[in-house]
Amino acid sequence: MKILVGYKRVVDYNVRIQVKPDGSGVVTDGVKLSANPFDDIALEEALRLREKGIAEEVIVVGIGPADLTAHLRNGLAMGANRAIHVVTADAVQPLTAARVFLKLIEKEQPGLVILGKQAIDDDANQTGQMLAALWDRPQATFAGKVEVADGKAKVTREVDAGLEAIEVDLPAVITTDLRLNEPRFIKLPDIMKAKSKPIDSIEFGSLGVEAHDHLKTTQYAAPAKRSKGVMVKDAAELVAALKQKGLL
Amino acid sequence: MSKILVIAEHLDGKLNSSTARAVSAASAVKGEAIDVLVLSDAPEAVAAEAAKIEGVSRVLTVARPENAHPLAAVLAPQIAKAATGYSHVFAPSTTFGKDVAPRVAALLGVAQVSDVMSVEAAHTFTRPIYAGNAIITVEADAAHTVVATIRTASWPAAPSGANNAPVEALTVDAALPTHTRFVELKQGSSDRPDLQSASKVVSGGRGVGSKENFDIIYKFADRIGAAVGASRAAVDAGYCPNEMQVGQTGKIIAPELYMAIGISGAIQHLTGIKDAGTIVAINKDGEAPIFEIADFGLMGDLFKIIPELEAALGA
Ligand SMILES: Cc1cc2nc3c(=O)[nH]c(=O)nc-3n(C[C@H](O)[C@H](O)[C@H](O)COP(=O)(O)OP(=O)(O)OC[C@H]3O[C@@H](n4cnc5c(N)ncnc54)[C@H](O)[C@@H]3O)c2cc1C
Ligand SMILES: Cc1cc2nc3c(=O)[nH]c(=O)nc-3n(C[C@H](O)[C@H](O)[C@H](O)COP(=O)(O)OP(=O)(O)OC[C@H]3O[C@@H](n4cnc5c(N)ncnc54)[C@H](O)[C@@H]3O)c2cc1C
Repeated sequence: MKILVGYKRVVDYNVRIQVKPDGSGVVTDGVKLSANPFDDIALEEALRLREKGIAEEVIVVGIGPADLTAHLRNGLAMGANRAIHVVTADAVQPLTAARVFLKLIEKEQPGLVILGKQAIDDDANQTGQMLAALWDRPQATFAGKVEVADGKAKVTREVDAGLEAIEVDLPAVITTDLRLNEPRFIKLPDIMKAKSKPIDSIEFGSLGVEAHDHLKTTQYAAPAKRSKGVMVKDAAELVAALKQKGLL
Repeated sequence: MSKILVIAEHLDGKLNSSTARAVSAASAVKGEAIDVLVLSDAPEAVAAEAAKIEGVSRVLTVARPENAHPLAAVLAPQIAKAATGYSHVFAPSTTFGKDVAPRVAALLGVAQVSDVMSVEAAHTFTRPIYAGNAIITVEADAAHTVVATIRTASWPAAPSGANNAPVEALTVDAALPTHTRFVELKQGSSDRPDLQSASKVVSGGRGVGSKENFDIIYKFADRIGAAVGASRAAVDAGYCPNEMQVGQTGKIIAPELYMAIGISGAIQHLTGIKDAGTIVAINKDGEAPIFEIADFGLMGDLFKIIPELEAALGA
């Protein structure tokens, strides 16, 4: 079985994002970029399935500009067998990303596609579900535990009410939650090895994917700020203050 | 004119309050009709609750045994069919809505607006990105159905009681897949208020130190009638179950009172509470970032302060 993994590059989660003064976007020049944390978890899960002998090949997929190669090399260094780079200079909305993945699925015929539940830049939380719909296959979102056997996956999902277990027939789309696993660190020799692993570059335009964006972002604004409050000296003062506000 | 279809969220025959919040957002579109769609094996009780929500024009029910559990792959084709004639399809931005709405959007071939914070016009919305560090205004193409999830913390629940909307059974002709099967739901059994709708929330973080120590948090929460939340670090460390996580990748909440105890105030946590009315922080580190946004800060050891709070509350 092949596993296709979404491997998106995003602004690192430690960066404090600033909105440009003219509201035309956020400042991304020179900020640190990293793999979407949920995609590292997706890749880790795929690698573990390969190590268990359930999968033979793990392919990381990135959709983005020409300089994405260095990022994809990290995925290869972590252990993916190869990478597919769909090259586009334009921002890609989730529906378009899902359509791209569908094209790659038609070609690669994976048994499993693992994506992050959300990318921490746009926080859309859509791509996996959209892909599953277009592919007409099961989706198991927010996965906290994945067990694959006999052409099926039992996935424990982190939902608002608690933990929901579902069973899906493969092929299927799984999206990862934070507690699925702890991704491994990349070791130096792996970086060397990754240099000889293949990255397939495909021009976005050659896939025949309709890139009609239904959504236009017209403005970026900084969020309303909460103002700093007061420090109280002890428990009694805190209780008195909260009682005065009618909160206790 | 706009017609909005709101997808009801429910569990064990009870309507989730997120539905009434989505109805609030639907009202802000100022359309001609708001219909609530209840998909269930036995929709009657839930439909009756939904019919009371102010602003609801009709409640539509689809009763099928396959709808006993909220499986997105099973529900989405029915919602996509039922969406015919509607300009908007809204679902709450809970794990239920986040799971099913994008699948509906893809079936309709349209984009989705996630986590709507405000409705500026029928096709213009604001939503957060980068863990709430930026708010964008997005315009959806008016020629297509708008599928959106509603950030529940941004919207009050539409009041309930005065309305008596008609309930109509709907038959949707959709082939349902069998490739996805429900196995079980393990719910945290709790008599405490629901974290997502509680007016008071007490959360513990890594500073609480252990699962056993978390009892202090539960006890204090019970004392003031609060729901209990947690930081990711506390959940990861196994102090408490996943459904208690508050933040960018957990629950986004807006209680009147939020008390963060032994929580440092990482941006991913703060994004989950920034709409809270009053934030209280208790932390032994005076430099903890949580104090930057807290309305009331109290520096000190939580194990000493909580008993003092209980004492100050009196008998
Ligand atoms: C600085 C900046 C500005 C942007 N401005 C805009 C804008 O104005 N309007 C706009 O619509 N978009 C914009 N984008 C693009 C946007 O951030 C997202 O790429 C896009 O909307 C997809 O949303 P998402 O990644 O949050 O999807 P999600 O559904 O949250 O992603 C879930 C998962 O899908 C997979 N995935 C998604 N996209 C990719 C990808 N490209 N490569 C590999 N895997 C992927 C990953 O596994 C990911 O974890 C901008 C991006 C950046 C970095
Ligand atoms: C992609 C991604 C998503 C994330 N999503 C979330 C999310 O949804 N929610 C979330 O919460 N986090 C999230 N995080 C994690 C976040 O970055 C922080 O790591 C986390 O919030 C820290 O939790 P904490 O404050 O409990 O722990 P710490 O940061 O370790 O803070 C513990 C605090 O307790 C204080 N303390 C210790 N002992 C005592 C005592 N005896 N009395 C009083 N105070 C004490 C310390 O001074 C310290 O400030 C996410 C991270 C990533 C990368």
